[in-house]
Amino acid sequence: MEKNTPSPIQKESIMLTINGTVHRLEVEVWTTLLDLLRERLKLTGTKKGCDQGQCGACTVLLDGQRINSCLTLAVMHDGSEITTIEGLAQNGKLNPVQQAFIDRDAFQCGYCTPGQICSAIGLIQEGKAKTKAEVRELMSGNLCRCGAYTHITEVVLEALERSRT
Amino acid sequence: MAATKNGEARNRVDGYQKVTGQAKYAGEWQPPGLLHGVVLNSTIAKGKILHIETEKALQLDGVLQVFTHENRPPLAHYDKSYQDLDAPPGTPFRPLFDNKILFNMQPIALVVAESLELARYAASLVTVNYEKKQHEVDFEKQLQHAFIPKDYKAVAPPEPWGSPAEAYHDAKHRLSATYTHPSQHHHPMEPHASTVLWEENGRITVYDKIQGALNSQKYLMGVFGLAQEDVRVLSPFVGGAFGSGLRPQYQLFLATMAALELRCSVRVVLSRPQMFSFGHRPKTHQRFSLAASEDGQLQAMIQEVYGETSRFEDYSENVISWPLVLYNCANASLSYKLVGLDVYTPLDMRAPGGASGIFALECAMDELAYQVGMNPLDFRLKNYAEKDQFEDKPFSSKELRECFRQGAEKFGWKNRPNQPRTMQEGHELIGWGLANGAWEANQKPAHAKAVLAVDGKLTVSSATADIGTGTYTIMSQVAAETMGLELEQVTFKLGDSSLPKAPLEGGSATASSVGSAVREACRQLGKKLLELAQEVDGSPLKDIPFWEVEMEAGQLRLKKDPTKAMALTDILHQNQKDSLAATIDSQPSEEQDNYAIYSHSAVFVEVRVDEALGTVRVSRMVNAIAGGRILNPKTAKSQILGGMVWGVGMALEEESVMDTHYGRFINHDLAGYHIPVNADLQELDVIFVEEEDDIVNPIGAKGLGEVGNVAVAPAIVNAIFHATGKRFRDLPVTVDKILENDEV
Repeated sequence: MEKNTPSPIQKESIMLTINGTVHRLEVEVWTTLLDLLRERLKLTGTKKGCDQGQCGACTVLLDGQRINSCLTLAVMHDGSEITTIEGLAQNGKLNPVQQAFIDRDAFQCGYCTPGQICSAIGLIQEGKAKTKAEVRELMSGNLCRCGAYTHITEVVLEALERSRT
Repeated sequence: MAATKNGEARNRVDGYQKVTGQAKYAGEWQPPGLLHGVVLNSTIAKGKILHIETEKALQLDGVLQVFTHENRPPLAHYDKSYQDLDAPPGTPFRPLFDNKILFNMQPIALVVAESLELARYAASLVTVNYEKKQHEVDFEKQLQHAFIPKDYKAVAPPEPWGSPAEAYHDAKHRLSATYTHPSQHHHPMEPHASTVLWEENGRITVYDKIQGALNSQKYLMGVFGLAQEDVRVLSPFVGGAFGSGLRPQYQLFLATMAALELRCSVRVVLSRPQMFSFGHRPKTHQRFSLAASEDGQLQAMIQEVYGETSRFEDYSENVISWPLVLYNCANASLSYKLVGLDVYTPLDMRAPGGASGIFALECAMDELAYQVGMNPLDFRLKNYAEKDQFEDKPFSSKELRECFRQGAEKFGWKNRPNQPRTMQEGHELIGWGLANGAWEANQKPAHAKAVLAVDGKLTVSSATADIGTGTYTIMSQVAAETMGLELEQVTFKLGDSSLPKAPLEGGSATASSVGSAVREACRQLGKKLLELAQEVDGSPLKDIPFWEVEMEAGQLRLKKDPTKAMALTDILHQNQKDSLAATIDSQPSEEQDNYAIYSHSAVFVEVRVDEALGTVRVSRMVNAIAGGRILNPKTAKSQILGGMVWGVGMALEEESVMDTHYGRFINHDLAGYHIPVNADLQELDVIFVEEEDDIVNPIGAKGLGEVGNVAVAPAIVNAIFHATGKRFRDLPVTVDKILENDEV
């Protein structure tokens, strides 16, 4: 078939620092940050659970803040620094939160896990949560259908404790 | 002899991959030249497609094809070709087969393009004209047309026991009430996805979200007429499923069709709203009539069940056996009819049948206990089933009494005033409720292969799945334990249709079935190693039969004199072998037929109800489980906790709301369909009581995926009664129902 309508979308040049690596990218303006990470950069550790900002599986750290990467377009973040689950381990050593997820069995299927871990690290950096009830409330943007919440809360509380000392 | 000691609490062997983002799920494989498919779904529930206009989409640069019923390739003709390993009786749905619409959100077209965004945009340009017919999706309205199916997928209702109607009539205490719950959807966090890797020779490798790679392979062979060697299905990681992956879903069909037609690799991922477009837990309507004597002995149990199904398949599940699995009653009748609606066929969802049947049974038992004037725990113990009356068999093991005892003690049940509405703190009423449950723990035939390499590494494989259940880990543990190796020396492979055959991963049968096969394969390997050891000159194991040796610390050695030993690796070395393999076809023992094999649970719940706001908070729960030998207490506890979270969802939150006007589930996303979030869960306790069972299977383990769930929802509802003095018989017990129910 003869194609007579070109791609309806324009591209923009952006620069992103992802897990410490600078990427200069030509990005179609309709591409979400999540799809850029997963499809273009093959960083599939960041998960797509709903693509509507309802489940938190796509949580990444954008300039240190936890965000739903499905709810934002990649072109909006020119110059930003992004950390995904793939960027948390340093020199082959897991981030203590990652290790604690393993040790406390804070996941089952693992699909929400990268988002939970990024969200937990973001939460600890925010310094808002002090009590168990606050951790539960402030981690409630990350759904876990396997129901690992009890263990996730333990991990976060333990990490908060560590961050205070 | 069955091992009796629980296994070790170990971290998941796939944990590192999962916490670093390295675990790759079905929709994350990226072969070169990958094309993206986006599915278009019908907006009517019944009728036919008059015309699909695809021109605008096809004109876009980068759009390769829009597949519809008009241009699809030739497909298999007979129903049998579409019947997968979990298909209920009937005529399976065939995507893009013709212009007929059988349910709302039926897949009607696949748009394939070079990028996901473009495919999605192009799909928005496709327009469809329908000829609508009047659909019927109102379950309550259709109850009058309920029918008895020709075949039951699960157990068929048996003949009544004794004279239930008379016994009910004559009894001192009688309860007759109707319990209902809505349709519910699985919602694994990973949406269903298939990536089809097309190879030049026409063969395909498919990454599919499935609870048994063999099922997808069989389906694709049947539908597309492929030879077994032309299609390999892989599912190394599955992001939850809870039953949604028991049957191949339509994205598998569509991605494969497109790949074969376009001779390219294709991926199709469903959106979250599309996760409402295939199977769900069927709505049920259950009437329970229970009767007891003055002193609380059950006199009659009458259960009448109506369950939802589609127009094209008769889906049924085991809703009805539970009264006679859990209780002892001479007069009983159990019936089960189906209600056909213009919806997609329901699908096994965590504890299919059990979650529904035990919810109604345990709420009814609680109501009757109050009529008799007994503590609900004493009432249950009084009517405790010493044998399974449903199948008339003794239990292979049943430590439910111990579950009650340990659970009650941990929870502090003895401090509970039996009178409802007597506990309060601030503006919240407090209630304590309980329920008990059971789940089948049968072993199914399974195959496994064990290969020991000369470097001491053991690889064991079986085509089962790990949907978060811990299969990788517990199978590695069973193998390591059987072979006397360290866990780190063992690799377990699953999720691959080329591996030895395993049953679908569902119904809590994997630990039992595949675990037994793994153990037997390792023992078989041990026997072969002994034979080889005996061929070595000066072998310390000469003329020793296998039952006199053990595999420990990497050695094969004489049990009574461990100094007579050979390292497993030495045996291979000395026979100039790089590796040694054993394959086994493991079958359940005939002895199992003589027993009823179940796991059991007793659940204790505290709720706090604010009647002014209509809120219910589950402040603590204790779930005491009798599940045979626990292979890994760490992953086992997680499974039970997950079941408890699901119970909260069922009792208080989950409801797929059918809009009868459009014939569509109207709350089709995770903002509309509520599942429990972190803040919904507070203090959860899990107890595994000791339970020895050398009949259930050679490893003594029962499955845990369902038993942790079944009794949770009724325990919550019973606790709400204890808090408020009001009965809620229609799930979920949402704010509006608490506010509306003024009847004390």
